[in-house]
Amino acid sequence: MTQTLAPPSPPRPTVRKVAEPPARRTRTFTRPLQYLALLGYMVFLGFPLLFLLSTSLKTPRELRSTDSSFLPEKLNWDNFGNAVEKANLAQAAGNSLYVAALTTVIVTVISLPAAYALARFRTKLRGVATVWILLSQVFPFILIVIPVFLVLKQVGLVNNPLGLVLVYTVWCLPFALWMLRGYVAAIPVDLEEAGAIDGAGRLRVLRSIVLPLLAPGLVATSLFTFISSWNEFFFALVLIQDPGLQTLPLTLARFFGAEGQVQLGQLAAASLLATIPSLVFFLIIQRRLTSGLMSGAVKG
Amino acid sequence: MTAVAAPARRRRRRGDGRDAWLLVLPALVPVVLVSVYPLAQGILLGFTDARAGLNQAVHVNGVDNYTRLLGNELFWSSFRIGLIWAFGVTILQFLASLGLALLLNLNLRLRWLARTLALVPWAMPPVVIAIMWRMMLNPTYGPVNDAMRTLGLPGDINWLGDFSTALPAVIVVGVWAGMPQTTVTLLAGLQNVSPELHEAAAIDGAGAWQRFWHVTMPALRPVAVAITSLDLIWNFNSFALVFVLTSGGPGGETMLPALFAYNEAFKYGNFGYAAAMGNVMVIVIAAFLFVYLRGQARSRES
Repeated sequence: MTQTLAPPSPPRPTVRKVAEPPARRTRTFTRPLQYLALLGYMVFLGFPLLFLLSTSLKTPRELRSTDSSFLPEKLNWDNFGNAVEKANLAQAAGNSLYVAALTTVIVTVISLPAAYALARFRTKLRGVATVWILLSQVFPFILIVIPVFLVLKQVGLVNNPLGLVLVYTVWCLPFALWMLRGYVAAIPVDLEEAGAIDGAGRLRVLRSIVLPLLAPGLVATSLFTFISSWNEFFFALVLIQDPGLQTLPLTLARFFGAEGQVQLGQLAAASLLATIPSLVFFLIIQRRLTSGLMSGAVKG
Repeated sequence: MTAVAAPARRRRRRGDGRDAWLLVLPALVPVVLVSVYPLAQGILLGFTDARAGLNQAVHVNGVDNYTRLLGNELFWSSFRIGLIWAFGVTILQFLASLGLALLLNLNLRLRWLARTLALVPWAMPPVVIAIMWRMMLNPTYGPVNDAMRTLGLPGDINWLGDFSTALPAVIVVGVWAGMPQTTVTLLAGLQNVSPELHEAAAIDGAGAWQRFWHVTMPALRPVAVAITSLDLIWNFNSFALVFVLTSGGPGGETMLPALFAYNEAFKYGNFGYAAAMGNVMVIVIAAFLFVYLRGQARSRES
């Protein structure tokens, strides 16, 4: 894996007028190597996905035969229908949707004012919040999950989607706050002051100036929260036992253990179906996510 | 953002402190209830003999858990595996992501496709990643063994079931799963590298490797330090991927500390003992975090 490092970037600033002869000389043989390296990465990253897709479209007979080709003989969608039925995917997806959507709403509503305060006011809170955001990454889940389990058990929130929502809210909050604070900090304070000078009240400034500018950041943050809770496994494993309340990752893991090893096509189909929502969301926000992460990181 | 001292801002200043608290309050309440309080309790639990089950009397037993842990060879072997896993994944991830980020920073064709592919693992649930790779690595129908056979290599390796290959195989999957965050961060860091410096170095006759080492790397260092340290923490604490891939097997060969503590707590019901393991893990991570913060502070100074 390391040899792909070999061709370091030649100076190819995208639109700058550079006419340096040394780089042009080397490019003739570095370019093919770079493409070769890129191809290697694409195979490593992309092939498992193609394999999953092709497996999901194969018939059980094709999967059993040892010399079947990589591509399925014909597109066979039966696995998807069977997987939904057998693994109880619809119910699990409903549970996941409920938990993830509720978490997203709560996280967005409570992190918006907090992110604004952390970005705009210079109080001790900022330092405390930064330390907490860092610390929350450090502590292993096991330390938190045992007491949380005990507490939630006392108030009847174990085996209850709402308990999961509560845990996910706190679990997603550091990152959401971090991202959102970056977006708020990127909005020039001058704009708010201009609004204030023009006679707009505090709330008016927030609603008419800050919120519209923050909309892309809010979308990115909330989608990220949604994906995180949609994909989460560990807390769900500890807090949910009732099969009827299981979220998608739990159901998949259980299906995998039960009969998925035999019904490969269905397992692949179920895995793909579980990935689609977050994949779609992710492709929508990928650009914003990158910029949001970086503005959050840089403006510390 | 820091050096603004406009009159309008100064006028507001008096109310700032209380306003800030009010705005943060809705976030603070759940955090204290579900994060700070349980965390404090979890740390304390590590000094008790708490067990699962109703009406179990809990006694504070001081450092008993830790003296017991000292003699628990299984735990230390799991700890060793956890460190190999965390460092292995983090280092390989960094090297692979750095190479990919450098390539993505060039004007290559198909760059958009590689960029999208590099992000996909981020969107996938760890459970799905694990299921997918278990299929990939399956000894009979897995395409990895197929490829080995085509190349004339032994094609009957039980990657996840064999003592010698299980940990390396799991590490490769960990690299695959964690590449997006690292690549994206490094790519963003690369965009801060000044092209002028590169040009100047090229005009002065620096080769590609020299420019990478003396221009790109110093500019990338703060970002690289930050992401590798975060990766190390995330990897050391990671659970779902390996839980589904191997559940710690074969014979505990991939038993990460998080898995070990989970089993101790929820399989055997030894809450106090498991929390003690968590405390030991925190101390190790905190030591790494200390190095990370100090490293960052130093690079900022220079």
